[in-house]
Amino acid sequence: MKGSLIIVGFFVAGLLLGYSGATPAFLENKDLSTYALYILLFLVGISVGADKSALNVIRNVKLELLVLPFFILIGTYVGVSIVSLFLSDISIGESLAVGSGMGYYSVSSIIINEVKGERLGALALLSNIMREIITLLFSPLLVILFGKLAPLASGGATSMDSTLSMTKQCSGKEYVVVAIFSGTVLTILVPFLVGFILEIF
Amino acid sequence: MVEVLIVMLIGILLGYIIREKERIIKKVEPLLNYSIYLLLFLIGISIGLREELISSLDTIGLQALLLTVGAIIGSCIASYFCYIWFFRKNER
Repeated sequence: MKGSLIIVGFFVAGLLLGYSGATPAFLENKDLSTYALYILLFLVGISVGADKSALNVIRNVKLELLVLPFFILIGTYVGVSIVSLFLSDISIGESLAVGSGMGYYSVSSIIINEVKGERLGALALLSNIMREIITLLFSPLLVILFGKLAPLASGGATSMDSTLSMTKQCSGKEYVVVAIFSGTVLTILVPFLVGFILEIF
Repeated sequence: MVEVLIVMLIGILLGYIIREKERIIKKVEPLLNYSIYLLLFLIGISIGLREELISSLDTIGLQALLLTVGAIIGSCIASYFCYIWFFRKNER
C-alpha cells in the first residue's frame, strides 16, 4: 500500500506540473516516455526470468490452480465487455485493454497510454487503482456473495502482494498459496495481454 | 505493440540466464521502481498538459469505476464456478 501511495504521488506531481504550464520542454518529449517504457518492460522481464519461486510454482502446479487465473481472466473480460455496451464512447476492444490490467495499474496504464493516448491511459490507471482499492475495502462482502476465491479473483494481479492480506483474512490461510499463484500468473501475463489486445483491436 | 512483447521476452531470457547472479538481480527491483515512478510522473505531465482531459476527469473516473465494478463482479462469478467445479472437492 505504501508503494502504491508513492506511485500515485508521482502521478499527481506530474499532473500538477503539467497543468501549471511550467513543464520544462524536454519533459514534454514523447520519445522520453517511449524509451522509459522499453527500459521498464526490459526490467520487468529480467525480474520475471530470474524469479526462482515462479519456476517452482510451475513445477508443482495442480490442475485446479492452473485453471483459476484463466477463469478470473475470462470473468474480467466478460464483465468489462458488458459494461462497455452501456458506455457510448468506449469500444469493447478498449474496455478489454483496460480490463487486461487486472489491477497491475503501473505497467498496464503506461502501455495503454503509449499506444492509445492519454485519455484511455488515464482511464486504465484509474480503473486498475480502483480494482486494488475496492478489493481492499469489499473483500469481506465479496467472500459472502461469491465464495472463498472471490477476494483473490477481485484482486487479480494484486492478489500476490498488496491485496494478499484480504485473501488471508476473508478466505483463510489455506488460500494464501492459491492467491500468490494466481496473482503471479496474472502479473506475468498482464504486459502480454495488454499488448495482444491492443494489437488485435 | 509487438515491440513491447519483444523487449520483454529479451528481458525474460536475460533474467533466466543471469538468475544465479544475486548481486545483479538485487539491483533490478529498485531500478524497476524508479522507472515506474518516472513513467507515471511523465504520464501525469502529459495528462496535465491537456486541459480538456483535466476537465473531463469526472467522466473518465465514472467510466473507470463502472468498468472496474464489471471486472470485479465478472471475475468473482467466474471464480465461484471455478470453486464449485475444481476446489470444493478437495475440502470434503
